[in-house]
Amino acid sequence: MSANEERLRELLVRGLAGDEAAYHECLKLLSAHLRGFLRVRLARLPDDVEDLVQETLLAVHNQRHTYDPGQPLTAWIHAIARYKLVDLLRRRAGREVLNDPLDEELEVFAVSDNDAADARRDLGKLLEQLPDRQRLPIVHMKLEGLSVTEAARATGMSEAAVKVGVHRGLKALAALIRNKCEE
Amino acid sequence: MKTDELIAMLAGDAGAVAPRVWQQRYALALVAGLFGAMLLMILLLGVRPDIADAVRLPMFWVKLAFPAALAAGALLAAVRLSRPGVAIGRAGAMLAAPVLAIWVLAVLALLGAPEDRAMLIWGETWAACLVNIPMLSVPAFVAVFWVMKSLAPVRPAVAGAAAGLLAGAVSAVAYALHCPELAAPFIGLWYLLGMLIPAALGALIGQRLLRW
Repeated sequence: MSANEERLRELLVRGLAGDEAAYHECLKLLSAHLRGFLRVRLARLPDDVEDLVQETLLAVHNQRHTYDPGQPLTAWIHAIARYKLVDLLRRRAGREVLNDPLDEELEVFAVSDNDAADARRDLGKLLEQLPDRQRLPIVHMKLEGLSVTEAARATGMSEAAVKVGVHRGLKALAALIRNKCEE
Repeated sequence: MKTDELIAMLAGDAGAVAPRVWQQRYALALVAGLFGAMLLMILLLGVRPDIADAVRLPMFWVKLAFPAALAAGALLAAVRLSRPGVAIGRAGAMLAAPVLAIWVLAVLALLGAPEDRAMLIWGETWAACLVNIPMLSVPAFVAVFWVMKSLAPVRPAVAGAAAGLLAGAVSAVAYALHCPELAAPFIGLWYLLGMLIPAALGALIGQRLLRW
């Protein structure tokens, strides 16, 4: 990442300061980087890579307030990715013993890091399980692109409640992913 | 949901994030925890009646300085363990130093008064120490866990232990104003054990509660 690190760090710092376009660009570059990072480490579970990329991106977003601009970005990102990776492997270790459909057809052809495979788990479905006070603000603001004021009007919630709903909802989504996999 | 959709969703209206929020949160937790421990100590135990005389004794200050120094080390450890990709660094040495210092004082005290050794070690209130330090640590324990839960510890059990130790050390500072003991062996043993109880509890709870 070293060549890209400075650019990525700059985008993230601008994103944390409220620059939405920079943050969007940062997450895009990051997803490609994470895909490469996780694909190497999950060589035996290629179908899980995209799920884990998504889970890690969600974690990066939810924990973005823990990044210190003075800290190397790679250390921060890789610690998050590794934490999510270990979590996944631990969950798997418990389950795999029972039924392991270990891929018969290993996909060997090289895929560039920017080609996102389809995630197996649908975050959109998980989103539907959230309570309305979290789900509606996310749907209106994040998926339909409404502003806080518009989302507040559409849901009949206060603007503060909309913001809290988005924040808590995304954290709840991360918790749902964790618990879903533990079942 | 495709990854690009997720990214668009996360980036949309993400808003600005205050830099280094953990500093303020830990400061608040510390103030609340110390205040809570002091309040509980005054209400349930009471400040030792001879405090005006006690403050003239050097060992009284050693008894305050030992948990205070441990609190500083535990705070640094907790702050560092709360964020991904941050090494624990000097925090380990900062935790070891006060323990070594009190043990040196303890050995000197034991060597200096061979006939009083049992009294220097056991004192008169060792059991109370083991009950009261964990008890007074409850407010700080809750406050520090609250903060840590809002951050992202990648080693939840270790982070939980640091949080518990921090709460125990803050509590021991408050307890020192009540406790009548002044012997270094007593402090190096029972105070330390009293603080390690919340630390062990923190490791157990952290393992489950601090995951994200």
